[in-house]
Amino acid sequence: MGAVVALDALFNGGRVWKGRPAAPPASVHPTGLAALDAVLPTGGWPESALSEILMAKDGVGELQLVLPTLARLSAAGERIVLVAPPYTPYPHAWQNAGVDLRQLTVVRAEERDALWAVEQCLRSGSCGAVLCWPRKADDRALRRLQVAAETGQTLAFAWRALSDALNASPAALRLAVDARPAQVRVLKCRGGLAHPAPIALAGY
Amino acid sequence: MRWVCIVFPQLALDAVQRMHPTPHEPLALLAGTPQRRVLQTVNAAAHALGLRSGQSLTAAHALVKTFACAEYDPVEIERWQQFLAAWAYQFSSQVSVFYPRALLFEIESSLGLFGPWPRFEARLRKELSELGFRHRIVAAPNPAAARVLANRYDGLAVADDHALMQALAPLPIDRAGLDPQAAIALSRMGLRSLAQVQALPRHTLARRFDAALLKHLDALSGQRPLALGFYQPPDRFDVRIELNYDVQSHQALLFPLRRLTGDLSAFLCGRDSGVQRFALHLEHAQAPDSVIPVGLLSAEREAPMLFELARGRLEQVQVTSPVRGVRLVAQDLPVFVPQRQDLFDDRPQQTLPWAQLRERLRARLGDEAVHGLRFHADHRPECAWQAATDKNPCPTLNNVQRPGWLLAEPTLLAEAGVQILKGPERIESGWWDGADIRRDYYLIQTRAGQQGWAYRTVGQCDGLWLQGWFA
Repeated sequence: MGAVVALDALFNGGRVWKGRPAAPPASVHPTGLAALDAVLPTGGWPESALSEILMAKDGVGELQLVLPTLARLSAAGERIVLVAPPYTPYPHAWQNAGVDLRQLTVVRAEERDALWAVEQCLRSGSCGAVLCWPRKADDRALRRLQVAAETGQTLAFAWRALSDALNASPAALRLAVDARPAQVRVLKCRGGLAHPAPIALAGY
Repeated sequence: MRWVCIVFPQLALDAVQRMHPTPHEPLALLAGTPQRRVLQTVNAAAHALGLRSGQSLTAAHALVKTFACAEYDPVEIERWQQFLAAWAYQFSSQVSVFYPRALLFEIESSLGLFGPWPRFEARLRKELSELGFRHRIVAAPNPAAARVLANRYDGLAVADDHALMQALAPLPIDRAGLDPQAAIALSRMGLRSLAQVQALPRHTLARRFDAALLKHLDALSGQRPLALGFYQPPDRFDVRIELNYDVQSHQALLFPLRRLTGDLSAFLCGRDSGVQRFALHLEHAQAPDSVIPVGLLSAEREAPMLFELARGRLEQVQVTSPVRGVRLVAQDLPVFVPQRQDLFDDRPQQTLPWAQLRERLRARLGDEAVHGLRFHADHRPECAWQAATDKNPCPTLNNVQRPGWLLAEPTLLAEAGVQILKGPERIESGWWDGADIRRDYYLIQTRAGQQGWAYRTVGQCDGLWLQGWFA
């Protein structure tokens, strides 16, 4: 009987790919993009884990991916921390996307301190989501962030350059955002095979 | 059992030793005139090497080559007694430093809060051991008896007057807190224990001895209350640790810092207040002190947190000359309001509350590094945001398209390949504060597919300036 229970846990945890399509369990953190949710094994952002978003250049819709999630988290009273954002968040746009600005905190830091601050925020468990833009992070640094996200049960998002896609990463989910055509590709997702076809991103 | 007496048999030694990172090395406290230095107290390690109190310093050096020395300073001992009284003030409002090197405080009214006496006693012992003071604790129905019994016992709790008489009876005359001359006279009369003295007729004692003897005996049995002056905690905390060597790196300052913040925390618990601002003074031999201010957003008093914050500030500081002493001064001591903690918190592993996390980030990154974001009702993009947090929810904004990212400075855009998707939208504002702008904004798309927000100043042909990204 114990073996049956263990098998169940294995299947439900999404660690074994069963080979036949089954309805994915409803995720706690849907991305807000139904087409993307459908191809992710967890049906949304992986819980308590680091998600990487890779893009070649700024301004290709990389923020649109997370804004619905941030809006939902901030409405639930969770704190959202932006560590060393590359630009100033424009309150008007964030507010219109549904994010409660009172739950938003910006941390200004240098590159080295930024990683420390991200780890502290993730580990504390008092934040709903931590957003970071590491520029020179190696896989060890990202591994630390991933472990910290697991410890604090917090969503972590990291935006990195598309050139980093060649290097292996400990992140639970890796997405690449392309500008032309506007689409999202799943490079890696823990608990399932990466969906081969790109998903179109709604432009303006 | 209404009074507790805590005797500190080695107060002078403990006060010096607790400041040392290595307390097990031989140490002697020196007193006497400069011509003839005498060992006042020695610790266990020094005693094992053959050093005794009362030896002259020359004799001690002949016996042992290297042992640490410190000055025996009565003023310092007085100060530590005051510090311990401040610590004890958290348990009782009636704390007295009537006897030297001892604390008296009333506990009958505190037992309801701090549990039955065994648990209370265990807590006292634990906290004193953490602070680094050796002690003997006795509880008795009256203060004088508690002090006298602490000469002989440790951990004794006397419940009522009857038991008190039994406990006092076998005490030797010379340990009963009597005037030394009276004690000698009594022992020469052939009396050995307190019971024998108490058995004597009162009028004969009154004829042979000073009135103080009978007063003391009555105070012991509780028939005459002892008039005690009670301790009032001071309004500021100021403790310094002198290092007996030059310190060059901040690593060596961490131990004294941990002691100082621990002491500050004990002091604050006693006063039931928190600290919002304190200053670390690093003392140099030649130069004026370097002052490191440590500020918090809200009043706190947790020892590990205070240490962490002070350490974060200390590590940032560059000091030009070696440090001789560390001093911690706290003057602003507001009321401490404990953080509300929810029993049914939906996140079970909430290890560090947000307020503490914020303080930790501020301590390392600087006061201005952590801020909120609020919308400011202004059409100019540069003025539309402020680094502060709103108290009230933001009103619904009009549904014009604005970019998610705003560049710190507009940058000139190479116009080749740029495609205008939407616009222009004119923003013309700011005539009242000198930062007047007149711009036509466009939603643009670069050749690489990036969507941006750029403007052209009306009436000028200086190109297209990029101000934001639709990310």
